[in-house]
This record gives sequence, structure tokens and C-alpha cells, in this order.
Amino acid sequence: MRRWWNRLTVVLIFIVAGFSFYAVWPDEPDRYLPDAIPWPSGRGLPGTIGPLKLPCHSTDKTSTNPAADCAGMTLGLDLQGGSRTVLQADVAGKQISQEDVNNGLDAAKQIVENRVNPFGVSESTVVRSGSDRLIVELPGVSAATARDITRPAILMFCEGVQQGGQGSGGGANTPLATVPDGSKVIYKKGTCEPDIDANGVAIDNGDGLSTRVAPVYLPFGGGATSDNIVWTPAQGDFNGAPTTMTGSFLQANAKVQFTALGAPELTFNMTKDGTKIFGSLSQRLIGLPLATFLDGEPIRGTDGNVIAPRINSQITDSGVTTGLSLDDAKRLRTFLNNGAFPIPLKVIQQQDVDATLGDEAVLHSVQAGLVAMLLIMAFMIVYYRLPGLIASLALVIYTAVILAIFKIGIPGSGPVTLTLAGIAAFVLSVGMAVDANILIFERTKEELRNGRSLIPSVEAGFDRAWSSIRDSNVSTLITCAILYWMGNAFASSLIKGFAVTLAIGVIISLFSAITVTRSFLRLAIGTPLARPLWLWTDDRPDAETPMSTRGVPGVVEGAENA
Amino acid sequence: MLDLVAKRNWFYLFSFLLVIPGVISLMVPPRLRPGIEFTSGTTFSFRYAEPATTSQVKDIISGLGHSEARVQRTGENQFLIQTNEIEGSTTTPPTGPALPSERESIELALSKDFGGFLDTQGNPTTQFTEFSSVSAAVSKQIGRNAAIAVILASVAITMYITWSFRNVPNSLRYGVSAIVALLHDVLLVVGVFSILGKVFDVEVNTFFITGLLTVVGFSVHDSIVVFDRIRENVARGYIRSFPEAVNHSLLQTMGRSFNTSLTLIFSILALLLLGGGSIRDFLLVLLVGVSTGTYSSVFIASMFLVTWQQGDIPKLWRRLTGRPAAPRPVEVPAD
Repeated sequence: MRRWWNRLTVVLIFIVAGFSFYAVWPDEPDRYLPDAIPWPSGRGLPGTIGPLKLPCHSTDKTSTNPAADCAGMTLGLDLQGGSRTVLQADVAGKQISQEDVNNGLDAAKQIVENRVNPFGVSESTVVRSGSDRLIVELPGVSAATARDITRPAILMFCEGVQQGGQGSGGGANTPLATVPDGSKVIYKKGTCEPDIDANGVAIDNGDGLSTRVAPVYLPFGGGATSDNIVWTPAQGDFNGAPTTMTGSFLQANAKVQFTALGAPELTFNMTKDGTKIFGSLSQRLIGLPLATFLDGEPIRGTDGNVIAPRINSQITDSGVTTGLSLDDAKRLRTFLNNGAFPIPLKVIQQQDVDATLGDEAVLHSVQAGLVAMLLIMAFMIVYYRLPGLIASLALVIYTAVILAIFKIGIPGSGPVTLTLAGIAAFVLSVGMAVDANILIFERTKEELRNGRSLIPSVEAGFDRAWSSIRDSNVSTLITCAILYWMGNAFASSLIKGFAVTLAIGVIISLFSAITVTRSFLRLAIGTPLARPLWLWTDDRPDAETPMSTRGVPGVVEGAENA
Repeated sequence: MLDLVAKRNWFYLFSFLLVIPGVISLMVPPRLRPGIEFTSGTTFSFRYAEPATTSQVKDIISGLGHSEARVQRTGENQFLIQTNEIEGSTTTPPTGPALPSERESIELALSKDFGGFLDTQGNPTTQFTEFSSVSAAVSKQIGRNAAIAVILASVAITMYITWSFRNVPNSLRYGVSAIVALLHDVLLVVGVFSILGKVFDVEVNTFFITGLLTVVGFSVHDSIVVFDRIRENVARGYIRSFPEAVNHSLLQTMGRSFNTSLTLIFSILALLLLGGGSIRDFLLVLLVGVSTGTYSSVFIASMFLVTWQQGDIPKLWRRLTGRPAAPRPVEVPAD
């Protein structure tokens, strides 16, 4: 009965191991293994098996992530390359309530997420951390893109391009450069600087391509509208230097009020430096329109038209904009006050890893893991013989199962993200998995030395070693739990990854070192392999009393009644 | 029979001599060389297409207003730079992240010389291969949380051992002895890194803390295996005295202790020699920690247990203070 049970266990182990190997076998095995052997290429894993949906299954078919829908391992930033930025609400010395910080961070999170999409970043995570932080992780993204995503959109004031150069014309009738209706001027990223050369202005006719047209110069209101004007940064004089007017020269106290007639008006105030710049440029641009650009895009009203009020008189320390709808006025107020983010944010931590560096790290780690495993297996076989060989087999199965778990993931939380620290934890767990086997085999050897026969010795080895295996692994799990807590507190995905990987490793190693090794050993005991004792131990039971029992009365009897 | 327990004071002396250089180094500032995560600052690395010397790179960076920069050559035309926190220039708006602009200007200025930057595969690039920056706000918390983590881990593990050994007389002593060995290991690792920091500029970073906590787990792991044997031998009750039971248990578990450490050291060495890279310091912590963890579980944790059980501590205290001997029975382990 027990034998059948054992055989069934062995069959189950092989099924699990076979599935794990199938699941984790790499697409390009030649990258990691000696390429003299024509290794078969892995086929990956389908996200669904019949009606069963795996945790790594995803329905997002547009994802470019190599790990999408169970196609590969989910790699962390340090292995895949990418960028991690921690932003913190900068509220020191400002009167912002905790509730505003909270709402502001939620809004900033939304803004960052919205920016991520146009950049084609698939597996980005934007999370709130603590009361005042936002963590943006963008795997597989270049540092420059990451900076664009987390940078505050610079609010920029823009004037129309004038015929003959800025400030050359005469007031309200100055001809401004326009492009054909329906086409869009291509501006340099994040600004309103157009690309103009002798062949004309670079525009996009709606086909996504860049073509050039010669601009047509028309006066504002006489053919030039806020939508077809070619804009350029509005510059004013700041102590003799032409300086672009940006959101940084505004005080964050713009507000919407109502005139006596009930029409909304937007009041905004300049900083001391801004007063000089705005005063100089508004004097130059009287009668001309002024637009605002955010993130390189003109701010549009609810009707879809670019908001570009006409400057009626010189504006120095404070300006009033009228003629806007209430919604537009409120919208513009938000942007004027905060740039893109509704509350001030500063970068407190930034980390970028080049994608090629990550690639190299994966390769080296896999190679190191393979070498470590081969060394451990050789040691186990030489030292413990047949049990060592079985432990080595269990180790290979353990590795396949654990990698399969990382890849497929845990129900409810998806695939496990593998980081460099995670790989270190995994290799460490391999060492600990072997430790359990060493404890058991040492115990078995002792029992054999004491003159017991093979089968009770093996069983006693497992039974006696269990309490120390349990206690030592529980203490490691306690450390893992504390590391995980610490990782959360630091918002360090690195430490968290280490803790999760080590914990999974410890739990699975218990299964492999006990169940797998035991089933195989029981199977081997039933075969002629059990006959030659040299396969099991290097001691002889009839040799001189072994050192460990010398002078200790009752050890043999003690072993018998346990 | 080899009597290790009788020689326990020699092992204490040996450990004392082992720990003392690190402790002295820890008393002399800078105690540990903190990485940027603990101080705030910026590190970045890049690779030039053409040969450049450390001093040439240092000159360029000094010219950019970072004379405090430390330049390290990490490979063929590869450099690792550490500076104070790279701050934003004055033209970025006060309403948002100010970091990128100065970084961009430094990237631009550095990549003008020596054929520009290459990425790790040799393609031209304009960006650093690695960049990491931390402001002072983060660094304070990390140090505090790490200390809390070590203390919490120690308390939790002591509680677990005390509970798990509840059938043995004085089970609290097992927990405390394991923690004494653990503190020995932590002190040794921290001491070694203090010396390494002074001699080789090795820094203490988040990886170091992670490594230290792993060592905490491993040290206890090892002590428990030995204690488990003591528990078993004491429970059987046929060994005459407690020191004998401990000595016997030590000899029985010696093979396992040694072999396990060996397999772990194999794994760590393989990672260190092949993988290395950014986790080099982390592996170094583990290597030192695993070695001392094995040693301390045999020669500190178990010996301390005997010392305590034999009433040596009050004896020593009386000798030091010169007080008359208080009647205190030497405990003999009961069944």
C-alpha cells in the first residue's frame, strides 16, 4: 500500500517537474548553455490552459513587454533596464493641507499615467507611497523618456512669429506667420519652439509625417486665428537678457472671479522677476495674442480652440484675462498655478539602468547560478554518493519548479518580478535547500554507523532532522517577513523582491528536500541499489566505534526507542 | 573524546581578537563609509569610446562645479562617479522636479570628450549607463528603519526559539544564546566593512543592510541546528552533565555545519566571480556572514549556553566586583 503511494508521489513529482521544465525553458537556450549542443528552443507558455487562466495571463495584446502573457520571466528594473523615480510633495513652507496633498498626489499619479501611454511604456507602475510620495517605475525605458514623463510640464507663454522678426512690426496690425487650417505645427518637445528654416515651417498635415510649408503672414483677426498661428516662446527683457516667460515667474495664486456683469475673469500675479519680464514683453506685444503651452501642447478651451487672449495693455505685476468661458478660466487657472502637477513635487530619488547593462546582468547571473549548482551537485554526489545524486536531482527539480512559479506567478498577485537581489536570494535558497538534505543524510549516516539497517536509517534520518529543518527555516521566514516590511517602508522594490524570492525559495525547498528526496530514496531502497552499502555511506558499521558515539552510553539503545 | 566545551574560554578569546580590530575601526570616524542612500548624493556611470584617465575625468567634473566628485575607474574606459546631490539649475520652475537639468548639462559636457559615451554593447549613446540620486529626506529614514529591522528580527527570532524549545528547561537561554551569536556575527560583519571602508572605500548601502539581515537569518539557522541536537540529547537524559551533552551535540553536528557552509560558500563565490556587478558588496557581506555564522553557532552560541547554565556569569561578576559568593545552585538539566 505504502509502496504504491510512494510510486504515485514519484509520478506526480515527474508531472510537476515536466510541466515546470516546459514552462521555463528559454527561447534562446544557446545564450545560457554551451552552444555546441543543439538545444531545443522553448515554446513559452500559453496564458490560458483550457478554462484555466494563469496568473501571468493578460488580455492586453498591445503590450510590448517581453514577459507579457506568460511569454517570459518578469524582470525588474535592474535586469531589464529602465528608470525609477521617487517624487515627493514639496510642501515645506507652503500652506497646503494634508487633504490637498492627498488629492494632488492622486491627480499627479493620473497625469503621469496619462503621459506614459504616448511613450509606449507597457509595464509601468505609478504608486503612492506613504503620505506624500509617488513612485514611478518605468521598465525598459531610456533615461531621457523617463525624465520627460516625470518632469513637471513647463508652462510656457508663447507669441506669434512676426514677419521680419520679433518686435519689428507695429502693434496690433503686425502680420503673424500662419499655416493652412487643419495642419499642425511641429514644435520641439516640451516647448513652443517651431522648426523654421529657409524652406518653411515643419508641419504635420494629419498624416503623422513632417512636411514644410512657407508660412503666410496675416494680421491677428484678419485671417490669423489662435489655431493657425505659428507660435514661438514669448521673451521679455530680464536685466538686459532676453528671457522666456514660463510658469516659474508666476505666483501660484491665480484665481477666477466674476465681473460686475457676472462674466468670469482670471487674475494672475507675477513674481518680482516675472514682473520685469512680463512687463517688457506685454509692452512689445500690445494688440497681439498670447498663448500658453504645457508639455509642448497649446492649452485649448472646451471648444477645442487654442486659448490666446489679446494683450490690451502693458501688464506688470498682475494681469486680468477676460472673455473666457468659466470652464476655460478654471482650467487655465489650474495650469498657471501648478504647471502640470496640481501640487509642487520634487524628485528625491532617481535611478536609471541602461537596458544593455540589465541584459548583461541576466546572462551573468544565469551563468553564475548554473556554475553554483554544478559545484553543489558535484560536492553532494562525491560526499553522499547515491543520496547525494538523488538530492542533486531534487535540486534540479526544485530549480525548475521555482522558476516556473516566478514565471506563472501567484494567484491574485501575478508573476514574481525577478531582480538581481532576487537572483541572489534564489541562489541562497538553493544552498539552504541542500542544507536540509545534508542534515537528513548526516543523520542517516549516523544511524547506519550505529548498526541499524538501511530502511529504518533513512526513515530515522528524515524524522530526526525534521525539527531542526523546521526551526531553522521558520527563523529564515521570520527574517523574510521583516525584510518585506522594511522593503515596504523604504518603498524599495529591491529589498521586497529579495524577501519574496527568499521566502518562496525556503517554502519550496522544504517540499523538494523532504518530499522529493524522500520519495526517490524510498524508490531506490526497493531496487538492487539498496544492496551495496558503499552507495549509501563511507563508514562501515563493523568498523571501530565511531567518534561521535564513543564514551556515550546508551546511544544505540536511545536510537532504537526513538 | 575531543572536549571542545572545556576550551570555551579560548574560543571567546579568539572571537574577541577577531572582533576587536573591527570594533576599534568602528570607534574611529568615519565609522562606516555611507553610500549615497545614507547621505544623499548622486552616482552615475558611463563608458567612453576612447581611452581616458581618472584624473582627466575628474578635471572635467571639477570644472562643472563638482570638485568633491570621486571618480573610480571600473573597467575599460568605464567610470563610476559620485558627487553631492546633483541639483536643478535656477531656470526650472519651482513647481516641479528640479533634478534633470543639471544632470543633462553634466551628461552633455562629459560626452563631448574621448569619442563620446558608449552603451555596454558598444553603441554610441548620449546617456549614462546608470544613474542614481537620493536626497537627504530619504536617507535619514533608511538608517533608522534598518536598525529597527535588526532589532525586530532579533526579538521575533528569540521569541520563536524560546517557544520552540519550550519543553527544554530554561528555553529562554537558547533564544538569548542564539542572539548573542547573532550579535557577534553582526558586529564582525559591520567591523569588517568599517575596515574595508577605510582601506578600500567600500561603502555601506541598501544591499549591505539586506545582506546583514540575511546573515541574521543564517546565523540563527545555524545555531538552531546545533541547539536542536542539544535539545534531543538533553531530552534523552542519559548524558551525565549539560556540558557533556553540548559537547556531544557539537561533535555530531560538526560535519553538517561544515558541509552546509561549504555549499553556501560555493554558491556565493560563483555569483561573486561571475555575476558580481552591482551586488558585489552584498555578496561580500554574505561571504563574511556565512563564515562567521557557522563559526559562531558552534563556538559562541553553544558555548555561551554552557557558560550561562554553569553559572559562570555570576561567578565572573563576583570575581570582578569582589562581592561574597551568593548561594546559587549550579543547575543540572532535568528531564
